[in-house]
Amino acid sequence: MLTNPTGKLTQGQFSFLPDLTDAEIGLQIKYGLSKGYAWSVEYTDDAHPRNTYWDMYGMPMFDLQDPAGVLLEVNNCRKSFPNHYIRLMAFDSTRGIESVAMSFIVHRPPNETGFRLERQEIQGRSMRYTTHGYAMDKPENSRYGK
Amino acid sequence: MTEATQITDKKKRYSAGVLKYRQMGYWMPDYVPKDTDTICLFRITPQEGVDPVEAAAAVAGESSTATWTVVWTDRLTDCDSYRAKAYKVEEVPGRPGEYFAYVAYDLILFEEGSIANMTASLIGNVFSFKPLKAARLEDIRIPVAYIKTFKGPPTGLIVERERLDKFGRPLLGATTKPKLGLSGRNYGRVIYEGLKGGLDFMKDDENINSQPFMHWRDRFLYVMDAVNKAQAVTGEVKGSYLNVTAGTMEQMYERAEFARDLGSVIVMVDLVIGYTAIQSMAEWCRKNDMIMHMHRAGHGTYTRQKNHGVSFRVIAKWLRLAGCDHLHTGTAVGKLEGDPMTVQGYYNVCRDSYTKTDLQRGLFFDMDWADTKKVMPVASGGIHAGQMHQLIDLFGDDVVLQFGGGTIGHPMGIQAGAVANRVALEAMVKARNEGKNILEEGPTILKNAAKDCSPLQAALDTWGDISFNYQSTDSSDYAVTPSVA
Repeated sequence: MLTNPTGKLTQGQFSFLPDLTDAEIGLQIKYGLSKGYAWSVEYTDDAHPRNTYWDMYGMPMFDLQDPAGVLLEVNNCRKSFPNHYIRLMAFDSTRGIESVAMSFIVHRPPNETGFRLERQEIQGRSMRYTTHGYAMDKPENSRYGK
Repeated sequence: MTEATQITDKKKRYSAGVLKYRQMGYWMPDYVPKDTDTICLFRITPQEGVDPVEAAAAVAGESSTATWTVVWTDRLTDCDSYRAKAYKVEEVPGRPGEYFAYVAYDLILFEEGSIANMTASLIGNVFSFKPLKAARLEDIRIPVAYIKTFKGPPTGLIVERERLDKFGRPLLGATTKPKLGLSGRNYGRVIYEGLKGGLDFMKDDENINSQPFMHWRDRFLYVMDAVNKAQAVTGEVKGSYLNVTAGTMEQMYERAEFARDLGSVIVMVDLVIGYTAIQSMAEWCRKNDMIMHMHRAGHGTYTRQKNHGVSFRVIAKWLRLAGCDHLHTGTAVGKLEGDPMTVQGYYNVCRDSYTKTDLQRGLFFDMDWADTKKVMPVASGGIHAGQMHQLIDLFGDDVVLQFGGGTIGHPMGIQAGAVANRVALEAMVKARNEGKNILEEGPTILKNAAKDCSPLQAALDTWGDISFNYQSTDSSDYAVTPSVA
């Protein structure tokens, strides 16, 4: 467990709230679709704060307009990767934005083990910092249990 | 030809002596500004008996080529193109004695990529000119042709979000308090507690540099230990604006390099370092993948009074071009000056791709930003979790909301203060996305979120009723009704 007040990985838009129900996730998807965003499902068992590229569970759903369809993909991903982190990301292709517009976690491994901070003392009192996930010494796909 | 219009006969125009500015060619009521002209809107208050058109012509003259008397050396130049041209003068609605003067400047007048050069002309001598009681640069239209000579923000708000991996919600920050007196070690404690509790950023205050109680290197070392520790216990990217403001550029570079070497994602400077120093630091930030936070220390001395100085919307435009990634732009609902619609105008200037004329928000011109990166506005000063619905309604997602006292002053401690703010923020964004009218239902949404979160309940109990309802000194002349926070 992480020792911050939530006990959880706090990435994403809603990590400080109780886990969103499927109905609540559906409302967020609907909001994104109303803004013209394309939804994408991503999963990982390497939640390092600077691991940008989680694995894509298929391509962004550019032409899918039905929130239930997006939610179905979330649930398929949950079935395939029950011990991974899964997030929903919305892409906005508006000129001048062309980036991620929403991102929140929709599934967590049962045991979130967190990170160790490694300090390397260098040059007097200076320090070099490395963040190391406790689960990362295990091979992929077995980091948070099979 | 009367005395009131431009003298076109060259011999008469350039014979030695003193002419009226409008006779010299600085008043051209038929002039149609070119797409490549910079246009300034000045609010002028002429001295008793000074004709407003002559005053406007004088503003054009004194901010471009004119001096008080005729000089023959004008005739060595293509002087018609160097003269700024006042082309419109209107009374300011409801403000007797004040006039809006529109002045156009040719592209050749300003050096490419230099805010210092542009400002030396536009707010140079002219603001001390005796025939005017007061003058204020209200707004400016900078043409695409000139905009493209500036690099703008080193990072920009889109790339900042990508680097921080934070999307779809305002960012949260807090300024470390007390402003002065904490040792480096004590200071870092506040940083760690705030970030671990859920804030994205902590911040040095504007006057924290390297005083006897805390040497800058000590601050940087302790702060970065706190930042990295908080990052590990949350799994989320964290930052703290390390203020590198110092007496010389050399010292600023030295401090910025140390911040970079310790792994900071962001450095901070104060507006008082000046435009050239800002552009130099922006250049350094571009080279070093650094976000640059701008604290607008000092701006109130020239932006606040309506009849004299420079509007903050103009300062914001200059700073976006000069290159900063964060800019303090007011809260509207907090402790510092700011009429809500006027403040929204500043936010637009920071974030627009194309700024549209909007008189109620103080925006007098359409202005195409030509893909200049966007600045993340920062709302800081006397705001608390109980105002979350108002803040998100006013400013949207692309803003850093900074709760200094509202985090550190929490009765259950700094972490609890941070939790309260983050929960309030996430609950409000979620509710808005679900289609709720947050302005109406905000207090209920907060109350419900507090059921699962005692720190938020404590915050609402402590500050729920605090507000700062004072009349703003700087509001739009075109507001339908006076807007009070």
